[in-house]
Amino acid sequence: MPGLEDLYREIILDHYKNPRNEGEFPTPPAIKAEGHNPLCGDELTVYVILEGSVIKDIRIAGQGCSISRSSASLMSVAVKGKTLQEVDRLLSIFKSMMSISTNTSGETEAVDPVEYSERELGELIALQGVVKFPVRIKCATLSWNTLVQALEDRAS
Amino acid sequence: MNTHGLEAKPLNVSDIRKDFPIFSQPDGKSLYFLDSAASSQKPLQVLNAMDNYYCTTHANVHRGVYRLAEQATELYESARGKIGRFIGAPNPSREIIFTKNATESINLLSNSLSRGTLKRGDVVVLTEMEHHANLVPWLIAKEQLGIEIRYIMVDENGYLNLDNIDEVLRNAKILSITLASNVLGTINPVSQLAELAHKNGAIVIGDGAQFVPHVATNVTALGVDFLAFTGHKMLGPTGIGILWGKSALLDSLPPFMGGGDMITDVTLDGFSPNELPWKFEAGTPPIAEAIGLGAAIDYLENLGMDRIREHELELLSYGIEMLESNFGENITIHGPRNINDRGGVISFDFKDIHPHDISQILDQSGVCVRAGHHCAKPLMRHLGVAATARASFHIYNEQSDIDALIDALAKAQAFFG
Repeated sequence: MPGLEDLYREIILDHYKNPRNEGEFPTPPAIKAEGHNPLCGDELTVYVILEGSVIKDIRIAGQGCSISRSSASLMSVAVKGKTLQEVDRLLSIFKSMMSISTNTSGETEAVDPVEYSERELGELIALQGVVKFPVRIKCATLSWNTLVQALEDRAS
Repeated sequence: MNTHGLEAKPLNVSDIRKDFPIFSQPDGKSLYFLDSAASSQKPLQVLNAMDNYYCTTHANVHRGVYRLAEQATELYESARGKIGRFIGAPNPSREIIFTKNATESINLLSNSLSRGTLKRGDVVVLTEMEHHANLVPWLIAKEQLGIEIRYIMVDENGYLNLDNIDEVLRNAKILSITLASNVLGTINPVSQLAELAHKNGAIVIGDGAQFVPHVATNVTALGVDFLAFTGHKMLGPTGIGILWGKSALLDSLPPFMGGGDMITDVTLDGFSPNELPWKFEAGTPPIAEAIGLGAAIDYLENLGMDRIREHELELLSYGIEMLESNFGENITIHGPRNINDRGGVISFDFKDIHPHDISQILDQSGVCVRAGHHCAKPLMRHLGVAATARASFHIYNEQSDIDALIDALAKAQAFFG
C-alpha cells in the first residue's frame, strides 16, 4: 500500500494550509465557472481575468479536501501570467500525470503519456503521488476541469 | 427492551465475527469496518445459502413444472414469507415485493403513484433529512406532473421540527419519510406522524433502509402504508430490496415495469396484470439474493433484534464518549444527544481536517469510515458542511473498532495539526 507521504507531500500541505490566490473577482471583468465533485460534495469556483490571451489573474473560492484545495492553489500559481497556449500545454501534462489504467498484468500505467520535463511541471509535480490513490484523482483534477470550463464558457 | 423482564444477554461478538470471512483478510491485517450504514458485511450462513442454491437447486421460478423449478420457487417464496414475518406484515405472501434495493422500491411507488393517483398540484411531504433515494423520485414526479413538495425541516438538535406539522401536512396526499437518518442517526417519530398524515387522508411511505437492519420493526405498529428497505445493509447480498405495502393499496396501483411474470394474459392489444405480489415483479427476479436475504433474516432473528439494538446503543454511547473525551472542541458530532433517539451512526466533523483526508488517513490503519455527503445534499447544506465523516455499526463491531478509530483520528490530527 502506498504510504501517506506519497500523497501528502509537504508542498501540498503548505498549499492546503496557506492557499494562494484565494478569493473572488467581480464578474465581469472576470469570467468564472463552478466545479463540483459529486463524490464528496466539494465545490469550488474559479475566477479568471484574461488580458488578450494571457491569464492576467486568477482566484479560487470554495471548500474541499487537502488534495482539491492544494491542487487548486498550485494550479493558480502555475497558470497565472501564462498564455492560453501555455496553459493548454500544462493542462495536458497534468492530465497525463493524473490518468492511469491497469494493464493486463495488473500494473498501472499512464494513458496517453505526454513527454514533459520536471522543470515544465514545477511545483505541480508534488501531486504526482495522487495517482496511487485513484479515488483522489478527481479531487486533484477538479480545479483544472473548472478552469477549462470557465475558458470554454467564455469561448461560447 | 426485553420482553421477558430479564436483562438481555449481550451479543457474543467474537463468536459472531467468526461467521464473517471478511474479518480474516488475506494479508492478515486487522479490518476495523465502521461503514455498515453504507453496506453491511455478510456471514457465511448467507453466502452458503446462496451457494447451495446455485449448486443444487437453481432453475427459473414460477415457470417450469419440473421438480427443480418447483424447489427453486419454493425457496424463493419461502424467503418472501420470512421477510414478511420479520417486519410483522399481515399477509407476507401478497404484500412483500422483491425489488433491487430500497431506491427501486421508492421509485416503484413514485412511478405507480404518478400514473393515476398523483395529479398536478397534489402535495407530497418529505423531510429535509431524506436520502436522495427518497428525494429525487419525488422531484422527478414534480417535474413530470407539477406536484408540490413540502418539507418537514430539521432543527438544530437533529430532530424534525414539528412546530407547524399540521400546516405542513394539510391536504397532503403522500407523506414519505425516513425511519432513521443515514447521517444524523435520528430515529423519527413515524407512528405519530403517520397518524397525523392519515387524518389528512395521506398515504404514508416509510424509508426503512437504516432502521429495519437494526431495530425490531412492525409495520402495523409503525402505522405506515408502505415500507421500503434493502437487503445489503442487513447482512444480505446486494441486488435485493423490499417493498412492503398494504394489499388494498398495492391492488389499486398500476404495475411499475412490464415483462414476464407480471401478467396473467397478454394479447397483441393489451395485457392483464398478475396478482400480488408478482404484478410488481417483472422479469426473472434475483432468486439467489432473495434466498440470501432470507438466510440473513434467520441470522438476525437468531441473535434477536432487541439484543442487536442494545449492542448498538452500547457502541454508540462508548463511541460518542470516546470521541468527545479525546478530541473535545476539535470535533463536532451531528445528531440527537439522546442516544435512544439514534440509530448506530455517528457523523462528525473534525476541525480543519476535511472528511476525505480523515478517511484516507484512517484507511492506512485499516479503519473504514464513510466520508462524503452521504447522498443527502440538502441535509449537508442545512448542517453547513460539504461533507462529514461517518462511523456506523452492526453486530460484528466491538469497542476495539472504536479504539482503532480514536487512535487513527489522533494520527490524522498529528499529521494535519
